[in-house]
Amino acid sequence: MKTLKNLSILFISALVFTACSSDDDNPEPVNEEEVITTLTATLVPVGGGTTITLQTQDLDGDGPNDPEITVSGALAANTTYNGTLELLNETESPAESINEEIEEEDEDHQFFFQITNSLATFTYDDFDEDGNPVGLEFTVTTDDTTGAGTLTITLRHEPSKSANGVSDGDITNAGGETDIQAVFSISVK
Amino acid sequence: MKHYIMILACCLFSIVYGQNCNYKLSGNVHDFHDGSAITGAVIYIKTLDRYTTTDIDGNYSIDNLCKGLLILEVSHLACDTKQIEIQINGDTQYDINMEHHIEELNQIKIDAQGNHKLTKTSQETQLKTKTLERFSAFSLGDALKQISGVSSINTGNTIVKPVINGLHSSRIVVLTNNVRLQDQEWGIEHAPNIDLNSAGYINVIKGANALAYGGDAIGGVIVLKPKNISLKDSLYGNTILGMQSNGRGPNISSTLTKSWKKGWYLTGQASYKIFGDFKTPDYYLTNTGMNSKGLSLNTGFKTFEKGFNVFYSYLNNEIGILRSSHIGNIEDLVNAINSEEPLVHNDFSYDINAPKQEITHQVFKTDFYKRFKKFGRLEIQYDFQNNQRFEYDIRVGDDKEKAALDLTLKTHTLKSDLKIDSNTNAIYKFGINAGFQNNFANPDTGVRRLIPDYDKYDFGIYAISELKLNENTNLDFGFRYDFNKINAKKFYLTSRWEERRYDEDFADIVIDDLGTQLLVNPVLTYHNISASAGITHQFNANNSVIFNYGLSNRAPNPSELFSDGLHHSAARIELGDLRIKQETSNRIGVSYLFKNEKLSLNLESYLNHIHDYIYIKPTGTETTIRGAFPVWEYLQTNALLYGLDVSANYKFNNQWYLNNKTAFIKGRNLTEKEALIDMPSFKTINAIGYSNKKWLNFKAELQSELVLKQNDYPDNNFEVYIPTTEESVLLDISSPPPTYHLMHFESDITVKLSEKSDLNIGLNITNIFNTSYREYLNRLRYFADDLGRNFMLQLKINY
Repeated sequence: MKTLKNLSILFISALVFTACSSDDDNPEPVNEEEVITTLTATLVPVGGGTTITLQTQDLDGDGPNDPEITVSGALAANTTYNGTLELLNETESPAESINEEIEEEDEDHQFFFQITNSLATFTYDDFDEDGNPVGLEFTVTTDDTTGAGTLTITLRHEPSKSANGVSDGDITNAGGETDIQAVFSISVK
Repeated sequence: MKHYIMILACCLFSIVYGQNCNYKLSGNVHDFHDGSAITGAVIYIKTLDRYTTTDIDGNYSIDNLCKGLLILEVSHLACDTKQIEIQINGDTQYDINMEHHIEELNQIKIDAQGNHKLTKTSQETQLKTKTLERFSAFSLGDALKQISGVSSINTGNTIVKPVINGLHSSRIVVLTNNVRLQDQEWGIEHAPNIDLNSAGYINVIKGANALAYGGDAIGGVIVLKPKNISLKDSLYGNTILGMQSNGRGPNISSTLTKSWKKGWYLTGQASYKIFGDFKTPDYYLTNTGMNSKGLSLNTGFKTFEKGFNVFYSYLNNEIGILRSSHIGNIEDLVNAINSEEPLVHNDFSYDINAPKQEITHQVFKTDFYKRFKKFGRLEIQYDFQNNQRFEYDIRVGDDKEKAALDLTLKTHTLKSDLKIDSNTNAIYKFGINAGFQNNFANPDTGVRRLIPDYDKYDFGIYAISELKLNENTNLDFGFRYDFNKINAKKFYLTSRWEERRYDEDFADIVIDDLGTQLLVNPVLTYHNISASAGITHQFNANNSVIFNYGLSNRAPNPSELFSDGLHHSAARIELGDLRIKQETSNRIGVSYLFKNEKLSLNLESYLNHIHDYIYIKPTGTETTIRGAFPVWEYLQTNALLYGLDVSANYKFNNQWYLNNKTAFIKGRNLTEKEALIDMPSFKTINAIGYSNKKWLNFKAELQSELVLKQNDYPDNNFEVYIPTTEESVLLDISSPPPTYHLMHFESDITVKLSEKSDLNIGLNITNIFNTSYREYLNRLRYFADDLGRNFMLQLKINY
């Protein structure tokens, strides 16, 4: 009799536990908070001319679709451009700007610009509190070299900005993790 | 007092009725289990100070008894002495059940011979309390490597998953105090949530031959049991204090047990350890510290006939993961692999920052058992487990302190086991279990769920027979059926859903379309059949063999089914597949055991064919805004694993001995005709030991550990284009690290403090020569060396 009693207590407690945890609600969707879907580089020529925009947009984040890369046109030779970068999370609506987050933690972020065939030179126009470059604002200068090549824009999180060459824009010793890496086909005419 | 009352009573009776002392008490003394007669049991009539013994049929009789109360004390070898009170009112027939303590006898044998096994015909090894105590500061995976054929797959040195004959994770069942651990064992960086200090013994059964514990243990079963509690009135305990140089960590563990002769017992155990950054011979491994708190309570009542147990355990681990292993894209991975040293290595610190994991595992269990005369033992158990896992990634902005993964896994299990052991030559075991599991992935992380919300239902039944054909031959058969059902609700990116071509095969399970994401409701059911058969034969005092066969099925785990996303620690996109079927293993094991006074040798060979073996393989790259990532997909193939595990011990005399443990394993992917990934390489450990009882029980052992380079591996390397350097380079994610050889030393002495207490002082040194090495089965081998020299001092007080 006692055995039976003990058994029934066990069963009841098990049922109570199971009953409590069943519900039929659907889970809420998660919108990725810090995903960067879009990087737009806007190059405005000093003294007038055609503004050039370079954009990479990957709306499915880590999904299988490749980012869409667009380049509005060729850069002009012997021109100086004021460049700005805009980063967006377009999975949210309205789209959320990521620039602010980078500005707030500018000592932990740095953009790198690498261009092939010496088509242009890049200089940083914005700096963190330690005087190290960030790269949301920059200057692009072309000389009389013309031709085609690629421009790679890389954002590194927690790079060692004090490492050799890093503050001059050399990525070799930067370390850190890559948050963005976009390769644009460009030309200078 | 009793005597006095009795005498008084006798006197009263004699006054009233006069003396009549011609009564006779007779009966039979037999065994509780099988009802067999107990010959030669001594019956002491306490009240009369007379003795008698049972005859060959277990019968006894006592003449010339007066009316009144008799107190008998019945005793027999291997039985608890039993006290019985009988009221004599005339000629009386009284049969007595004796409790033959077969199990308890076995328990005593454990300590004497160290070969107490849970199964008769499996390849099974036991680790005893003394061995486990040496690993007080380490993990389950570290301790199990003492067994030949058991290795580990690591993420650093604090996340250690046991590997049995090349198989790990969901292919291994871990039981702690008879509760099957449900702690998200599917992930490589999910180590078993076990505080080694709460275990008294660990048995490792290779292969799926222990069907009572589960039918899907294709690799094997690990059974942890608390220390035995002897039924006497006592209070005892022990405390272990340790300190080690590498990681600069102290650890403490304490156990206290109160037991009562009547059968009650209460044990409390607590442990705490803390480590800072570990060190290779050349640099600190930044962010590899850990912080672990464990607590367990075990109480109940046990007698031979019945008992119950209530058990609770709590374990909280905060584990830092090597900072340099968190990387952004394929280019970072190339840089990390090609860099001699990790890209981030700072000075020593106890700080644990992201990336890190914090896991809390709680187990509550209660069971009740009763033995039935001439029948067997019935046990009923309910357990509840709560596993809470947080994983913190390196994040920016407001999310910096937020976990990237937040999973709560709750499991309820109700089970009952029946053991019919009235005939010790034919023992039958039956069991049934039902389980419910709920996984909840918290959406507040702001990161898409890696593992979806799901409910899982399990049901299993088994039957096992253990037959003793004759003194030297045992035969086992087992059969088991399991049913699993997973009801999940998962969000897929629409692009991923289409890329997987689920829109063709699973269109009917979409329950909500959110534009870029789809909510789907896969309901997957699996029927699994397992069977086992085994025979042992002892040829003579020295030679014996074991031959066994096991058939087992394992249903795919949530990771294999549902994974879809970027895994930062591996810089890869991992994709599961809803179409994955269960895998089927056919395993044959053959063991030869030799034992004489000097030499003991154990050769365990096995051949394991796994049909539809589930594994993960790189199949290409995908580009995101972060850059390119290799894609690893879960696939199925046919696999064959075979190998030989050797353990040998040779005693020169009472003081000196030699010991060898060697494991050789090969794994083949039969479909692809290539080696299987992540197979342990050849390993041999040779030790020379010395002990001397006269020098405070001094023991010392010098070990040589040789691990050869794994030459059989699938070449998954591929060329990647690195935009920043404008060149294509080889991403070498396959090549195993070179051969390494390490030397270790361990020693201890025991000092008697008092009648009942002693102090054991141990000094261990691992990697004596501070050798730099990397291990193939350590996932952080791409980023950093393994551990350098470590001095460890341990004080153990038994009281």
